[in-house]
Amino acid sequence: MSEKILTKRLENPGYGGMIEEYLATGGYQAIAKTLKEHAPASLIELVRRSGLRGRGGAGFPTGVKWGFVPKDPGLTKYLVCNADESEPGTFKDRDLIMRDPHQLLEGILLASYAIGCQTAYIYIRGEFIAGAAILERAIKEAAAHGFLGKDILGSGFSVEIYPHRGAGAYICGEETALLESLEGKRGLPRLKPPFPATAGLYRLPTVVNNVETLCNLPHIVLRGPEWFSSIGTPKSTGTRIFSVSGHIRRPGNYELPIDVPMRELIFEHAGGMRDGRRLKAVIPGGSSVPVLTEQHLDTRMDFESLAKAGSMAGSGGVIVMDESTCMVRTGEVVARFYHHESCGQCTQCREGTAWLHKTLRRIEEGRGRKADLDLLLDICENMKGKTICPLSDAAAMPIESYLKYFGDEFEQHIVEHACPFAPTDGS
Amino acid sequence: MTEETIQQVLARYSHRRSALLPLLHLCQQEVGYLTEEALRLLSKRLGLSPTQVVEVVTFYDMFRLKPGGQREIWVCHNLSCSLLGAEKVVRRFEEALGIGAGETTHDGLFRLKRVECLAACGIAPVVQVGAEYYGPVSPQDVAQFVERLRAQSAVSNQGSALLPKADG
Repeated sequence: MSEKILTKRLENPGYGGMIEEYLATGGYQAIAKTLKEHAPASLIELVRRSGLRGRGGAGFPTGVKWGFVPKDPGLTKYLVCNADESEPGTFKDRDLIMRDPHQLLEGILLASYAIGCQTAYIYIRGEFIAGAAILERAIKEAAAHGFLGKDILGSGFSVEIYPHRGAGAYICGEETALLESLEGKRGLPRLKPPFPATAGLYRLPTVVNNVETLCNLPHIVLRGPEWFSSIGTPKSTGTRIFSVSGHIRRPGNYELPIDVPMRELIFEHAGGMRDGRRLKAVIPGGSSVPVLTEQHLDTRMDFESLAKAGSMAGSGGVIVMDESTCMVRTGEVVARFYHHESCGQCTQCREGTAWLHKTLRRIEEGRGRKADLDLLLDICENMKGKTICPLSDAAAMPIESYLKYFGDEFEQHIVEHACPFAPTDGS
Repeated sequence: MTEETIQQVLARYSHRRSALLPLLHLCQQEVGYLTEEALRLLSKRLGLSPTQVVEVVTFYDMFRLKPGGQREIWVCHNLSCSLLGAEKVVRRFEEALGIGAGETTHDGLFRLKRVECLAACGIAPVVQVGAEYYGPVSPQDVAQFVERLRAQSAVSNQGSALLPKADG
């Protein structure tokens, strides 16, 4: 069994995430050490050397992202924690927030210190009502212990952290839409450049980091970048929390070395398939990424290996489907989601997601036409790489992959004018 | 909403427009929906045009502009939940409440809503009521779930657990 890092405290069933418990298990030692031993630039260098990459979806190196922030001390800078966790199949950040909020707060303190920010926001999705309340409580606890506010631990470094609830919009997980939303506007993604590092919240330098990314920081500081980069591969370092769901015996979050083989994750840790059925398809990184099949089971889950297999590591949400699953129905559900969540700014996405959903629905309902398969591919082609943000690509790429691996199934629906699968999901 | 609360929220931001979402949440929590009066008040307090307030309200799924349905029952219908029977769960809720998804019961107590991924796929199919998550919810559980919800509403707005709550 490999060592858990972010979820080690959670293995103790009595751990309640209160500050006394966090302190008793080494909590807030990383910020104390950092304030004593590191200048901001040396903390950035340390995180860069660890190889830590963003766990929200894009996998961008965290230390490099921080390095883009202007050093001008006269300029106000912001750190925003992206706790908008909305990628279908992903449920790790909710767990980290609910069960160990101080680990996240310490990560935010470290990131704020690195970039020279005095006000940090946690943009938390509106539905996480309990999570937002837990964060408010934890912030009060941390402030009472002198870890937050002015002149933290006598170092001269000051920072305030405020949770900020969203209100139900997947698109606000995209960092520029998130910033618009935090400014009190509709969550419409911005054209880039400029990137948030130079023009983010209120057009000031801003770093947006995911919850899990930030939770790694205290451990990297305490145990060193070399220890961290010894886990995983040279390009994908550390552990990752994989959220496994679907037709699986033991769904849940599994923190494992980032390069764990898919077969081991699914069949050993998550207990294998339910009801003795055969595995049919795996979405390895949230619903936005292309599907993989049985032939890919020996692929490792790190960023490079999944890319080489034709998919993406995305947000670490692993959705497992067995042989009873209709891939047309899967496509219909996925397309319905992106159609609902498209912000409507770009024509290709607004219209494309609607057409994908409509076309997939009619195939599933037995009203498909012969030309629909080409039509789907044509729509997808027109949606990729043509829009302000990647939601359009995220809607198109999965559908293309379903057609690539399960094209026969789509054809069968059209020829037989019916779905050949029993409606196990009641649809 | 007291003046003190408004000031506490405003103090968190260097630009007052940022207080819009938090203040909308607070207004909705108080009355159950966003009244025209509340929207006018916020537009005045934050120096925004009524359009700037309404375009935000209608962009986000969680805001309500009509009364009724004090308690919303959110049933996730996204992929992981759908694979494990979410459509059946939705149907059982429709039967038990006598309404379709998206509608409000005649007594105005409940609104049934299909929602997208709630980030709790490990306990799929998932249902959320207020701050609480429930799962896995099987279609057979639904009738009893609704009964308890009704009993709870008869006593108070908040009360005992409906089903064993989800872990974490």
